[in-house]
Amino acid sequence: MSDDKKDWLDNQANVKKIIIGVVVICIGLLVAEFFYHKHGHFAIENWFGFYGFYGFIVFCGIVLIGKQLRKFLMRSEDYYDD
Amino acid sequence: MTDVLFSPGLILIFGAFAVPFMPLALRRAYVLLLPVIGFWYILGLEPGATQSFTFMGYELQPLYVDKLSLVWGYVFSLAAFLGILFAFHQDDRVQDVAALVYAGSGISAVFAGDLISLFVFWELTAVSSVFLIWASRNEQAYRAGMRYLVIQIGSGVILLAGILFWYADTGSLAFGVIGIETLAGKLIFIAFGIKCAFPLLHNWLQDSYPNATPTGTVILSAFTTKLAVYTLARGYAGTEILIYIGATMTAFPIFFAVIENNLRKVLAYSLNNQLGFMVVGIGIGTPLALDGTAAHAFCHILYKALLFMSMGAVLHRTGTTKASELGGLYKTMPFTATFCTIGAMSISAFPLFSGFVSKSMILTAAAGEGYWGIWAILVFASAGVMEHSGIKIPYFAFFAHDSGKRPKEAPFNMLLAMGISAFLCIFIGVYPQPLYNILPYPVDFVPYTTAHVITQLQLLMFSILAFIVLIKTKLYPDEMPSTNLDFDWLYRKLLPNIVRTLGRKIVEADHAIRRYLLGTLGLFLGQVERWSGMNGILARTATISSMAFFALSLLAVFLVLYFIKE
Repeated sequence: MSDDKKDWLDNQANVKKIIIGVVVICIGLLVAEFFYHKHGHFAIENWFGFYGFYGFIVFCGIVLIGKQLRKFLMRSEDYYDD
Repeated sequence: MTDVLFSPGLILIFGAFAVPFMPLALRRAYVLLLPVIGFWYILGLEPGATQSFTFMGYELQPLYVDKLSLVWGYVFSLAAFLGILFAFHQDDRVQDVAALVYAGSGISAVFAGDLISLFVFWELTAVSSVFLIWASRNEQAYRAGMRYLVIQIGSGVILLAGILFWYADTGSLAFGVIGIETLAGKLIFIAFGIKCAFPLLHNWLQDSYPNATPTGTVILSAFTTKLAVYTLARGYAGTEILIYIGATMTAFPIFFAVIENNLRKVLAYSLNNQLGFMVVGIGIGTPLALDGTAAHAFCHILYKALLFMSMGAVLHRTGTTKASELGGLYKTMPFTATFCTIGAMSISAFPLFSGFVSKSMILTAAAGEGYWGIWAILVFASAGVMEHSGIKIPYFAFFAHDSGKRPKEAPFNMLLAMGISAFLCIFIGVYPQPLYNILPYPVDFVPYTTAHVITQLQLLMFSILAFIVLIKTKLYPDEMPSTNLDFDWLYRKLLPNIVRTLGRKIVEADHAIRRYLLGTLGLFLGQVERWSGMNGILARTATISSMAFFALSLLAVFLVLYFIKE
């Protein structure tokens, strides 16, 4: 097995490039707001960058609420084994 | 067009009978060929084609073809082929037969024109599919299979009861619009709802599918629940309560998926969430919404199968799908990682991937009918899909921290099945027209508008950004080996505990009562022993002289008392 072959992703600098790429795309998508006409069904859809901000907030909310749920729901792996 | 018409699923069901008697090489080719023949046969069926006969005075119609049933017929055949191709490397007659009968009964069920035929194939899907779970051949899978079977058969029994009431009310067995107004309608609705994994009726899904074999789960993921979606679309289109049920289904599994460690179970929650979108579409019931449901079912079967395949390949090679034990697999399984990512992008509905062209129909239908709350939940759920299926599945299996595992790439047949599925996901995403052409209603919907594409990309890319932020700030919860309680806790823990506790209490009470009675009896016997036992006063043997003395004494006492009285 070629265990120690370094992959492109093993280099932290490359991971950083990906992150910067995502940020650039997000900014680009916000800038794009100025260049097309929205025809949403609801007024809220026409807010600036609505989908982006909704996505960001909802995503964080889901993860953080899910994390809290562990307090109530998490048991050991063999919980159901009698 | 063939002259003699019959239910297409029978090709697979009867074809399966020959499987046990075939040598391995022949069997492999044969089981792969049957879905192809079935598909070819369905391609020749025209809407309006029927086959019916009278059985014991009932008019049965095992074949009823319309555009709705054809969509499911096509995609079920496709799924059967891909699932069997994925399992091509294995040598297990039980799974071969089970997969064929299960897929065949699923196909036949969607072409059933009457409720009795539907019932027969409905039950057959349950009985045949459980073998794909039991084929794991361990205690845990055996028990999960039993729970699965009880619930699935239960759904069939409720369906049968509903059919009997329906026949008594209407005098007809034809499977058309049913509605929830009558008792019969409610019973049938519940039966469908169990198989469709409605909230609180859902847990059989997450309980059983992750326990099936690596290949079995792929087959399982396609049929049962989508059959239920089909029957709901046929019997309950436009039933408003489905909108709310569906919206709930899209939302709640998301939270469970976030914290679940077993990635196949994450996919089962994700499946549940996807069904929600389809159920909402049925509830809205407009042509656009129903087309959206059919299209979404079609796309979903393919990308969900693809995702289960990628996890099946991981399980096959590493023996686990626990996120806490995986990571870094892309190094040695690059093709599987790529296919998984394509499945993840499809389910997340990235533009140019299949989910985008189908899910947007349902969202547009919901918004178009003015359901703003439902629409907001569906968009929320879309971000949730991105979290658990779009990111979590590929990230924790193939990237994340390096687990040090260096498994071999998946076998060629698995890669081929994944490759074909991945190709179809992209093909439909890029060129949706062939899919739109086979939908039940004429499609007047353009998925690729500037607004659609940009807003969807915003939603998804900002979700990815959120993920990066959460990982970098260490707020993202670690994957941990765990069991998370869900509704099945009720019948796997609470109910058995109640029964056990009740049993224990009854035994304790019984013991206490017996102890008390025995104690009382002992005391009584003690007294008897004391007075009448061997040395008891009442049982003592006395001599004649002492008896005479006793009698004389009594007389003396009597005399004394007599004189005193005088």
